[in-house]
Amino acid sequence: MQSIYEKPKMLIDTATHFCPGCGHGIVMRLIAEIIDEWGIRDKTIGLAPVGCAVLAYNYLDIDMCEAAHGRPPAVATGIKRVHPDRVVFAYQGDGDLAAIGMAEIIHTANRAENITFIFVNNAIYGMTNGQMAPTTLLMQKTATTPSGRDPINYGYPIRICELLAVLEGSSYLERVSVSSPENVRKTKKALEKGFRTQTEKKGFSLIEILSPCPIYWRMDANESMKYIDEEMSSAFPLGVVKDWEN
Amino acid sequence: MKQLLTGNEAAAEAAIQAGCRYYYGYPITPQNELINYMSVRMPQVGGTFIQAESEIAAINMVYGSAAAGGRAMTSSSSPGISLKQEGISYLAGSELPCVIVNIQRGGPGLGDISASQADYFQAVKGGGHGDYHTIVLAPCSVQEMADLVYDAFDLADKYRNPVMILGDAQIGQLMEPMEFHKKPQKNLPIKNWALTGAAGRKKNVIKSFYPVKGELEEFNAHLQKKYKMIAEHEVRYEAINVNNADIILVAYGTSARICKEVVKKSHRFEFKVGLIRPITLWPFPTDIIRKMSEMVQCILTVEMSAGQMVEDVRLSVEGRCPVHFYGRTGGGVPTSLEIIKKIAEIVPDNRVAHTLLQLTEVK
Amino acid sequence: MTEKVILAGFGGQGMMLLGKLLAQAAMTDGKYVTYFPSYGTEVRGGTAVYHLIISNEEIFSPLIEDANTLIVMNQPSYQKFKGMLRPDGLLLLNATMIKLNDPPDARIYKIPATEIASKLGNVLVSNVVMLGAYLAIKKLFSADHILGQLHAILKGKKGNLFAINKQALESGMQAIKS
Repeated sequence: MQSIYEKPKMLIDTATHFCPGCGHGIVMRLIAEIIDEWGIRDKTIGLAPVGCAVLAYNYLDIDMCEAAHGRPPAVATGIKRVHPDRVVFAYQGDGDLAAIGMAEIIHTANRAENITFIFVNNAIYGMTNGQMAPTTLLMQKTATTPSGRDPINYGYPIRICELLAVLEGSSYLERVSVSSPENVRKTKKALEKGFRTQTEKKGFSLIEILSPCPIYWRMDANESMKYIDEEMSSAFPLGVVKDWEN
Repeated sequence: MKQLLTGNEAAAEAAIQAGCRYYYGYPITPQNELINYMSVRMPQVGGTFIQAESEIAAINMVYGSAAAGGRAMTSSSSPGISLKQEGISYLAGSELPCVIVNIQRGGPGLGDISASQADYFQAVKGGGHGDYHTIVLAPCSVQEMADLVYDAFDLADKYRNPVMILGDAQIGQLMEPMEFHKKPQKNLPIKNWALTGAAGRKKNVIKSFYPVKGELEEFNAHLQKKYKMIAEHEVRYEAINVNNADIILVAYGTSARICKEVVKKSHRFEFKVGLIRPITLWPFPTDIIRKMSEMVQCILTVEMSAGQMVEDVRLSVEGRCPVHFYGRTGGGVPTSLEIIKKIAEIVPDNRVAHTLLQLTEVK
Repeated sequence: MTEKVILAGFGGQGMMLLGKLLAQAAMTDGKYVTYFPSYGTEVRGGTAVYHLIISNEEIFSPLIEDANTLIVMNQPSYQKFKGMLRPDGLLLLNATMIKLNDPPDARIYKIPATEIASKLGNVLVSNVVMLGAYLAIKKLFSADHILGQLHAILKGKKGNLFAINKQALESGMQAIKS
């Protein structure tokens, strides 16, 4: 009997700590699939953030490094400079990358480091119980915006891809989502393009993935996917923002 | 062959000769000669030099290169070291070897750019969050700066632990004849824990997060065991004129140079002054100071701070003899005359005090 | 023998190089030497002061409290550092830029260093004029020894500056002898 769908070898056979309906599991799986298909386990080094994805190293069967909150771009730079021929990627959430780690991501892009950043944007701080993220939508309710995010007090959602696009050092920036099987396939393609940007030494790549957090969005899984398509995607338009090939 | 170099330049060149190929820094006076030197030399030896966007980024780049198995270094001065403390805690918690050079300046806050020893606490007491120690080495000359930088890389690799070189604006900017003569130590452990891509082996993970109950306590026990071993094997100090001394001075770095002058001047008198100069500030030379405290009339600690190392001296002495303190702050450097006056003030023997006061007039 | 020299001028008058040449010469002679810059926050202008100690014995503090020699290039530096000279010390001053109203208790030599350097065609060598004068008075090192150090420093593109520096050194020595 031929198996047509199975767990990627790089995905460790263990229960994850992710909540039901969370998008992180999908993204982890996509990364594992690519490492399997490309056969690059022995030359890949990943970075885990501080945030919901901190335990990524428990799920991916590759060399991995933790970094302090917001610092994966700096740590990844240090690793890549020692091993320029390895595939180095950093997995970061919206608080890690767009709040506390904003300086590091901007300067790493500006130095055109050959590193791929997987930026999972769920518009919320999940690990600390649902506070506002830099990418929280206007009027979205969170633990620290109990009446909704009012731009007067809380500012506006930050569009990272567009922000990084103005830097000459960024080469490939695309925003995707995991809201449907079609979008998941597009996400995988974008991740592969990100890795290829790196292996072909074309510089900095970042894939922003709109991802659901049903628990702190106070929705069920289906409603969350709909929320991504109807609300999030209008604040954060999907598509290629910058591409060295075009 | 002897060269005339600043302490900052000597530290940089010694690092390169010790095999450091990854340097990340951020400009701050008074350590600028170091970062400038690295920007020229690293490309010449095929190494990496990055002027980082902040001290925080620089220490995290060090973290990355250390995790990947490279010999990595950063340097800064006091306010910048405060910023690096988060990273140093993570380095200690992930057991990563690296070298951090701290060319101290006056504080608190922006302070000033002149010499100070007010970072003792943040150097030897961990400095960031958690129960950890960095190994702290304190040079008192340009030559010793170079020698200790060589040793720092070996100690870091031997124990998988961050090592801090604690200098100050004077040691950093002072030019003295020096030569590079040490070779890196052989037989260091292989870095089989490093991140290289998991070719033909199980994956390696570098982390300091232990969320499962009990794991973190177990890890801390492991760290404490390591620190105990370091304390047993790596204490270094210089003892001058300590046999039959009536009073012992305890001072490190720039202050110790001045204390050596005091010891030399005291040779002409009956009253005997000795000096213990800690070279490792952590681990602290507790045993020798305890031993001395049983033999002398009193101990005088001299620092360019309001009194930081003196706490460790008192913990070593445990009340066996009086421990006095003389300090200057805010860029002040003690003079031998000031120290001699202080000795005259504190020695219990009036006749001796009189002699010492005469000495102060000799200059 | 311990010689403690304080060198001061405004940033750009080449005091750093003057002291470094002496320090290099001392090192090559096998003497103990410390050379310490005491920076202000200004990069140009302001006063730059350097503490140079040359000795046959180990040097402890590189900071000078009582200088044997004070070499000063401009009025603010003189005002600021005159108090650090020993009563019997040597005061070597750039007479082009410093007016002495009440001379201190010291051996005083007034060298119009800026003027001499200008006549030679490059005001930047006023420091080496002072160095020449200092050598002629203290005779710590021979002119050839210092010229050797200069030669080592003025490499490559700066090589063509050797001739004028040599002239400056000789003019400074001559200013003392005549």
